[in-house]
Amino acid sequence: MLADEERTQGPMKIIVLVKEVPDTYGERKLDLETGLADRAASESVLDEISERALEVALAHAGSADGVEVVIMSMAPETAATTIRKGLAMGAASAVHVADPGLAGADLGLTARTLAAAIRRTGFDLVIAGNLSTDGSGGVLAAMLAELLEVANATALSSVEITAESVSGTRTTDDGAMRVSAPLPAVISITEALPDARLPNFKGIMAAKKKPFETLTAADLGIEPQDLAVASSIMTAIAEKPPRAAGVKITDEGDGGTKIAEFLIENRLA
Amino acid sequence: MTDYPADSILVLLETSPAGELASSAAGLLGAASLIGTPVALAVTSPGRGESQALAEQAAAAGAERVLVVETDSAQTQLTVPQVDALAAAAAAVAPDAVLISNSIEGRDVAGRFAARTSAPIAVDAIGVSRDDEGVVARHSVYGGAYNLESAATFGPLVVTVRQGAIESRAEARPVALETLELQPSGAAAATIESVEALEEASSRPELRGATKVVSGGRGLGSAEKFALVEELADALGAAVGASRAAVDAGYIPANHQVGQTGVSVSPQLYVALGISGAIQHKAGMQTAKNIIAVNKDPDAPIFEVADFGVVGDVFTVVPQLISALAERKR
Ligand SMILES: Cc1cc2nc3c(=O)[nH]c(=O)nc-3n(C[C@H](O)[C@H](O)[C@H](O)COP(=O)(O)OP(=O)(O)OC[C@H]3O[C@@H](n4cnc5c(N)ncnc54)[C@H](O)[C@@H]3O)c2cc1C
Ligand SMILES: Nc1ncnc2c1ncn2[C@@H]1O[C@H](COP(=O)(O)O)[C@@H](O)[C@H]1O
Repeated sequence: MLADEERTQGPMKIIVLVKEVPDTYGERKLDLETGLADRAASESVLDEISERALEVALAHAGSADGVEVVIMSMAPETAATTIRKGLAMGAASAVHVADPGLAGADLGLTARTLAAAIRRTGFDLVIAGNLSTDGSGGVLAAMLAELLEVANATALSSVEITAESVSGTRTTDDGAMRVSAPLPAVISITEALPDARLPNFKGIMAAKKKPFETLTAADLGIEPQDLAVASSIMTAIAEKPPRAAGVKITDEGDGGTKIAEFLIENRLA
Repeated sequence: MTDYPADSILVLLETSPAGELASSAAGLLGAASLIGTPVALAVTSPGRGESQALAEQAAAAGAERVLVVETDSAQTQLTVPQVDALAAAAAAVAPDAVLISNSIEGRDVAGRFAARTSAPIAVDAIGVSRDDEGVVARHSVYGGAYNLESAATFGPLVVTVRQGAIESRAEARPVALETLELQPSGAAAATIESVEALEEASSRPELRGATKVVSGGRGLGSAEKFALVEELADALGAAVGASRAAVDAGYIPANHQVGQTGVSVSPQLYVALGISGAIQHKAGMQTAKNIIAVNKDPDAPIFEVADFGVVGDVFTVVPQLISALAERKR
């Protein structure tokens, strides 16, 4: 179990895990050679769920004294501008793990690297999004909790943070659950939580002076190409042809009947 | 305890709050039987006499062996009791792969288990197979635009399987129940303070894995008027889905959301009513076999993927459709 002394002394430290993703409003492409996101193919943005996670932390920092919000991301060097948006929104500092050796990292390597960076920074609470729009792994929070030897409370649709604990509502397929955990802990939140604030001019200016730490894998004692550790690798990739549109008619008083005919013809009703 | 088949695939079964086998079990065991011998694990409360019934249900769904861990802690602690049980089972069985449902609970258990055992993890698989080198997981990413395959460099692969994605079913086997002792790891866990079961009109099919889905969007205008979506769903025997805008507006609970950040469905029939067809919505439904859309805006992007689109008002088109279907039934 994590000893109490691993909790930060002084202000409460909340680490928000943020991720740069291809903008879902554009066409997203994977490189068919490497299987990695083709970053040139689309605009990159801060994942919306990351922004909501940051909003949870910032809202708490605004309502309680002595709360420090740190954003953290493992991403290529080019993601720095995107990560800075989190500073402009109000985070106090940023930690960016950028290392070419980490390109294409599987979930295990990502979790080990982020866990090392989180330990190095120190934390009382880690907040992640429940699912990113590109990876959609949704397992990172639980992996980190295991590696950091703390409790996990994932998929929270409401969050209450106190100096000692975090609690919230978790909506699963079976129903709504109330959960709580003593700090330190790792949580993930869903998009039921409020949309994030927009960075204002003052925030954007202030962001330029905020601490922005860039770390390599070696700084964290991580060996990315360690073949002795089992990893998951992509073995095949194929693009599916886009779907073609079919028939489109304008309702002239018989639209419903026409659909019924289509359904019956295709044995769908 | 080393008499498990060499090609064992360990399957973590989910149970409903009432202690019954969850509907995800059949698909998980079906998937396991494609790549090896399914060995199931269930975590239940002691003293409720559920173990035998669970083992029978799991055997009927294809489990060669059923391990049961009886513990109270799963009712009061999040994730960790299942992970402890799974770790004990994996140590006993030495499986080639571990299959877990890609549900919220399942993902947490898979994540913690993979981290604890340093096993590689493949998430949201829509299929599994086996080649000369071992177990392969199949994934559909970026809203179905790409198909990928992944595998472990060595050792067992932990796979979370998308609910409703696996159609194969395993053959029933004789019941072989074993109870497994739990060694609590003492890992920190969140406390479950209360559980409120979801109230659902349970006669409707579940959204995940449904063969027909009728979804409504912001175009329905209000929670009251969203009933039209449910009415058509019932007429077709379909599950009810929704766009995020409909969920945000409170027309329907969030677990009905289809799309990028909701449920991904691949039904035979998908009907989109009053949904514009934003790229994030299409990401969750464009692999459907047949898509029907009703929208009053002729330029709505949903028509780009619809096999049959009607430019019109849902409040005139859909009631007519419902009566045409009722007419036919008579
Ligand atoms: C990161 C991210 C993730 C997202 N994830 C999802 C997701 O998982 N699922 C999802 O759905 N969205 C998601 N969205 C939101 C998505 O971008 C759209 O905002 C949303 O899908 C719009 O829902 P809608 O089509 O119901 O609403 P609108 O876009 O407002 O469309 C309503 C439609 O109804 C039509 N209409 C109105 N009245 C009638 C009538 N009487 N008869 C017929 N037609 C009518 C209108 O013409 C219009 O096309 C996500 C967005 C982001 C940024
Ligand atoms: N490379 C990363 N760096 C920082 N946070 C991440 C990273 N990948 C995932 N996360 C966090 O984990 C959440 C879920 O992501 P995913 O596992 O990709 O669905 C995201 O919303 C982030 O909070």
